[in-house]
Amino acid sequence: MITEKGVWNRLRSRLLFTGPTLFAFLTVMIVPFFYGIYLTFTNWDGISTTHTLVGFKNYGAVFKDTEFWKSFGLTLKYVLFTVILINVIAFLLAYVLTKGLKGQSFFRAGFFLPNLVGGIVLGFIWQFIFNNVVVYLGQKAAIPLLSASWLSDPDKAFWSLVIVTVWQYAGYMMVIYVAGLMGVPNDILEAASIDGANGWTKMRKMILPLMVPSFIVCIFLSLQRGFMVYDVNVALTQGGPFKSTELVSMHVYEKAFLARDYGLGQAEAFVLFLLVAGITLLQVYFSKKMEVDA
Amino acid sequence: MVGSKSSFSWLKFIVLAIVLILFIVPFVLLLINSFKDNNAITSNPLSLPHHFSFSNYKTAFDEMGYLSAFMNTFIITTVSVLLISLCAAMTAHYFVRNNTKFNQITFLLMVASMIIPFQAIMIPLVKIYGSLGMLDSKWSLIYMYVGFGSSLAVFIYHGFVKSIPVELEEAAMIDGATRTQTFFRVVFPVLMPTTATISILNVLWIWNDFLLPSLILVNPEQHTLPLSTYSFYGTYTVDYGPLMAGLVLTILPIIIVYLFAQKYIIQGVMQGSIK
Repeated sequence: MITEKGVWNRLRSRLLFTGPTLFAFLTVMIVPFFYGIYLTFTNWDGISTTHTLVGFKNYGAVFKDTEFWKSFGLTLKYVLFTVILINVIAFLLAYVLTKGLKGQSFFRAGFFLPNLVGGIVLGFIWQFIFNNVVVYLGQKAAIPLLSASWLSDPDKAFWSLVIVTVWQYAGYMMVIYVAGLMGVPNDILEAASIDGANGWTKMRKMILPLMVPSFIVCIFLSLQRGFMVYDVNVALTQGGPFKSTELVSMHVYEKAFLARDYGLGQAEAFVLFLLVAGITLLQVYFSKKMEVDA
Repeated sequence: MVGSKSSFSWLKFIVLAIVLILFIVPFVLLLINSFKDNNAITSNPLSLPHHFSFSNYKTAFDEMGYLSAFMNTFIITTVSVLLISLCAAMTAHYFVRNNTKFNQITFLLMVASMIIPFQAIMIPLVKIYGSLGMLDSKWSLIYMYVGFGSSLAVFIYHGFVKSIPVELEEAAMIDGATRTQTFFRVVFPVLMPTTATISILNVLWIWNDFLLPSLILVNPEQHTLPLSTYSFYGTYTVDYGPLMAGLVLTILPIIIVYLFAQKYIIQGVMQGSIK
């Protein structure tokens, strides 16, 4: 505990040390968050300086907005597949790349590469790949599945989005799993080998339980990023064809900034917040229960 | 036995190499096609360029307003990252060394706020700062990055400040240093590795961020690289050559940094994930 003499001195160092951070934090996060809750009870259109309170009308409209629930359902499906695929691939890569293979740091650096580039650029690169390269290959090799662009078919466009997201984040989560695997003590694995445990038993009984903290972090991060994805969605599919790949973040954006229905847009954003917070807290709560000590 | 084991590891190596090629191939195709003209790109996107011409790059450079976008991104990223680290380190230090109920609650509030998705804040944020006339300025954007980025940074610093022995600071203060002097001469230098980790995470985020700047920076002169890439793409969808070159130009700066700092970037991500 460090304390200065005198009330004035104490106040001065509190202001100097915590003032700027807390002021920015309050005015950028907390005030807009609560003001946003207030906005959900108004009919503000984004332009006029006045708005009136409309009670729970916006929330009623959220429940009736079938497009919102459609895009929310789509986002759930997207999150489910991306979270599973990202983490399985990332874990496998990390597992192989902590075995002392030749050039393993080169491999790690390569797999991490997509994370240096923003979603907008990644989306545009893959738009080119799906529209031109894949179609070219499909026509040359006469593979019907690849001969027409995946991005013009509602179902395949969704899977394109999943593929790009998995490609984007697998390397990032791999790095986190590598850090976790390097923390698994070697002596207990050796002891297990001497006791006759095979690779699969060691994985199931020792490595996986000890890796639970890494799984918590990676699943939390991939859940959050999945629910909040916007830039890859905008750049790769623009929500199309026919709004079939419009994920919830893009839907909220369009409701508020393009359809100028800010009250409803904010109400949907708030419902999204409640659902996302609920899901991520449940995830952390249940996986914390699985943690063990080495 | 030994032989089968080494051939198994060769197999692993080859499988990994194939997966890596699949990971990298989009970037390679981008680079190849950035030197070709539109006809050559659409007729065969896999062919190598016949002759190296930088005309696509010249078009993209001029049409994107590359220089101004690069400078904007550079200023916004550097200033935000420096401010977040400095402010958050001071706050975390204060919280650890003055562990009062009030500070504990404030800290918990910051940690809890990390669960709020940006979408829940963006509409009121634009309304508030719009009515204050603070949109369309890179300084407002930097201010917002400090607000959004400080929670995670304070959280990470908090864990590391706890591991610094308080005797170190008490000794400095007995020698007559003020709290501020102690912080800058003793604590902040010790926190350098943590600062590097936090800065790397924040550079990756802010350099590539799209949604927040797209809401704040309206005037094209203020645009950052992701924004100018986006509007360039929107106006140039008919001509692939300059588009490809523009995308290469956008990712080039960060790839160059990666070539030199690759080890530190990957370490930074590792450190940042271990709470």
